[in-house]
Amino acid sequence: MNSTVAAAPITAQAFKSDYKPIWCPGCGDYSVLSSFTKAFAKLDLRPESVAVVSGIGCSSRIPAYTNCYGFHGVHGRSLAAASGLKLARPDLTVVVASGDGDGYSIGGNHFLHACRRNVDLTYVVMDNHVYGMTKGQPSPTTEPDWDSKLSPGGTGLRTFNPLVIALAAGANFVARAFSGDPNGTADIIADAIRTPGFSFVEILSPCVTFRPEQREWKQLVRPGPVTTTDDAARAARRIMTDDGFNIGVLYKGQRKPYQPPVGKGKKRPSDLEAEFAI
Amino acid sequence: MSRAKEKDKASISLVLTGSGGAGVMTAGNLLLEVAAQAGWYGLMVRSSGPQIRGGEAAALLRLAHAPVECLDDRFDVLIGIDWQNIHRFADEIPLDGASLMIGDPDQSEPPEVFVKRGARYAPLPFKQMAKAIPGSWPNMIALGLAAGLVGLPADSVKSVLQNSLKKGGGEKMAANLAAAEAGYAFAANVPAVPRLSGRAAHRAGRDARWLITGNQAAGHGAVRGGVRFCAAYPITPATEVLEWLAPALPKIGGALVQAEDELASINMIIGASYGGVPSVTATAGPGLSLMTEAIGLAVAAEVPIVVIDVMRGGPSTGIPAKSEQSDVNIALNGLHGDAPRIVVAPNSIADCVAATQWAVYLAEATQSPAIVLSDQYFGQTRAVVDPPADIGLITERLKPSATAEAYKRYAITESGISPMAIPGMPGTAYTADGLEHNERGLPSSQSGDHIRQLDKRAKKLAQFDYGARWADIEGEGELAVVTFGSCTGAAREALARAAAEGIKARLLSLRLLSPAQPERVAAALAGAKQVLVVEQNHTGQLYRYLRAEYDLPGEVKSFRHPGPLPMRPGEIHQQITAWSRL
Repeated sequence: MNSTVAAAPITAQAFKSDYKPIWCPGCGDYSVLSSFTKAFAKLDLRPESVAVVSGIGCSSRIPAYTNCYGFHGVHGRSLAAASGLKLARPDLTVVVASGDGDGYSIGGNHFLHACRRNVDLTYVVMDNHVYGMTKGQPSPTTEPDWDSKLSPGGTGLRTFNPLVIALAAGANFVARAFSGDPNGTADIIADAIRTPGFSFVEILSPCVTFRPEQREWKQLVRPGPVTTTDDAARAARRIMTDDGFNIGVLYKGQRKPYQPPVGKGKKRPSDLEAEFAI
Repeated sequence: MSRAKEKDKASISLVLTGSGGAGVMTAGNLLLEVAAQAGWYGLMVRSSGPQIRGGEAAALLRLAHAPVECLDDRFDVLIGIDWQNIHRFADEIPLDGASLMIGDPDQSEPPEVFVKRGARYAPLPFKQMAKAIPGSWPNMIALGLAAGLVGLPADSVKSVLQNSLKKGGGEKMAANLAAAEAGYAFAANVPAVPRLSGRAAHRAGRDARWLITGNQAAGHGAVRGGVRFCAAYPITPATEVLEWLAPALPKIGGALVQAEDELASINMIIGASYGGVPSVTATAGPGLSLMTEAIGLAVAAEVPIVVIDVMRGGPSTGIPAKSEQSDVNIALNGLHGDAPRIVVAPNSIADCVAATQWAVYLAEATQSPAIVLSDQYFGQTRAVVDPPADIGLITERLKPSATAEAYKRYAITESGISPMAIPGMPGTAYTADGLEHNERGLPSSQSGDHIRQLDKRAKKLAQFDYGARWADIEGEGELAVVTFGSCTGAAREALARAAAEGIKARLLSLRLLSPAQPERVAAALAGAKQVLVVEQNHTGQLYRYLRAEYDLPGEVKSFRHPGPLPMRPGEIHQQITAWSRL
């Protein structure tokens, strides 16, 4: 009777690698990494069953800092690589890490279509309103009057609202989190992973080097005053009228994930030859 | 009675033309099926303008008792259901005094451009005849006429039509059978055209031959090689590869997903293959341009993928629906950094199966990207071929053992190939990275790691044993023709003509373009005094590559022209005879 011993619950530590991050001291992404590992432990996943996929940028360095299978691809294409992986290997838990430049600028088209396609992925974007790795250029979420060497005096461009875009394009789970609250963020990421379909989590993650004023975010964020809705229009109205600092799960839908059946067809390639025979 | 005077020929070439919607492609395809049914070989090349409907279209056929791989130098027969925009094809349809044009006198006079070339003309009122048989179409009259002219049996026409019109219902079938019969009978009223010499070869059984396009063949080769995932973005002339794979993959346990663009499709297959599933995509020049950055990722992260590039006229949008071999440069060199990759070129429609299967094998065995250079001629031409044998090459990726300790994904090994863990395997998690990395896969910008990994990636391709499949080497002689891809068929035929005239020459058709095989090429060309490099592009992309990578013996000449005109056997033959007389 005692021959089976229940495995000890897996800890967040089991998902951390021994590789030292390149991030600046004080970067919000350290906390996001910690939220990733906490969420994986919370869901009792195994490191080998999780794939963390990313593009290019500070946030995209996350895969190698975990003990999971990682994929650090080219700039802007993390959602494409992750979609291919999940469609071919539906047994894996696939989490995608991106930033506001990688995800909303160069990768903007894939964001729209990933929401539409609704593959069972969790897409985490660490938004600091700046290109950090290239040392301080404006991204699609940067305020129009933010001065920089590349766009002196500001871009003059309206900021991109990723949560509204995600809702409009068909994402099945939409949330905003704050890196300064690693436990709350871990809960949201775990919820996102658990929810079938395409889950989008925008994390406000300050860049203390190029946007030191973002240190103030911890005074500005607050739990969203309303509960999660399954009405996308209502969610969109809420997010378009808030100040950008309401935290929590905004929307959860019921869309069926896109997953062609793989491994079902049992024919052999030679069975396909009949159509060519005369 | 005039028929007996016509000299029998080894092949007959005919063209069906008409405005888009006239059904010339349908009639051409049916004619090819009739020929196949009768035990003949043949092929049908498609040529059309940019319009989806209402443009001009031409079905260019060559029929024979033996396998044919290219179009002939000229056409025996041109059948125009109408002559609308036919002048746009003038260069693609060489006619001469021995050619016969058949057109509808109620519509217009025969085209001046062909009359000037001396082609004979016979009128046939297609529209009127079709009208007389309610419910029939003029293109079925053209089908019957063509079959009758070249001497295909009426029974074969009937059985092919019955099979093809099964879904249309009894009335439609009866009307169009009658139309084809009327066309067939009309053949006796027009001047005779040559007949095929000899007899159709005996056929062993019903499945003895295949009717297939190069695009279908490439798709089939991919699944034979083990591909079970495809991400697709439509592009002319590669779409049919994807459309063939879409229903085929689910049947064998795989899947195809339509991507939002080529940037997505290439990254999707890299993701899927990283997950352990052999993966492919197909595209043409503009798509390949978009994919190059990610192909470099597959080089650096050592993820096997196969990209089938069905070449068309370039640069830019170029000539989408017509053939050209002008993506050699981008396939061989189109990545930033020092990025070794495999480039394989099929050299016949049937070889699209084997070469693509081989490309999958090479990609999987070496954990590298492989580009398959097909072209519009192969891709969209339908041919009767002997069934291509399964080359039996299918590989399991080299994987770490379950007990591997301190796993190093990019370990330096003797072969340069290191065990590749697949997500799900415990204890061997690693991060696949486009950043330069150390053996563990951790990012490194140190010179030592960079050199070690560059050496590793170069070595694994340089040392791999590619076997005899790297090229087709035929014949002997001091004159050698070096070519690749769809110019091979024309070159082979040119050499056969030269041989009949007593000129000895050899053919080297390269299937493996990259990595370069200097020792093998040197052996294949040993003793050659004249080397003629034949290709279908403007700048001599293969010629320049050969000059850069190989010490070619003797005098070397480039013979080339861009698409969309096909490389014809006659022009290569002319080069050979002119040069061999020197």
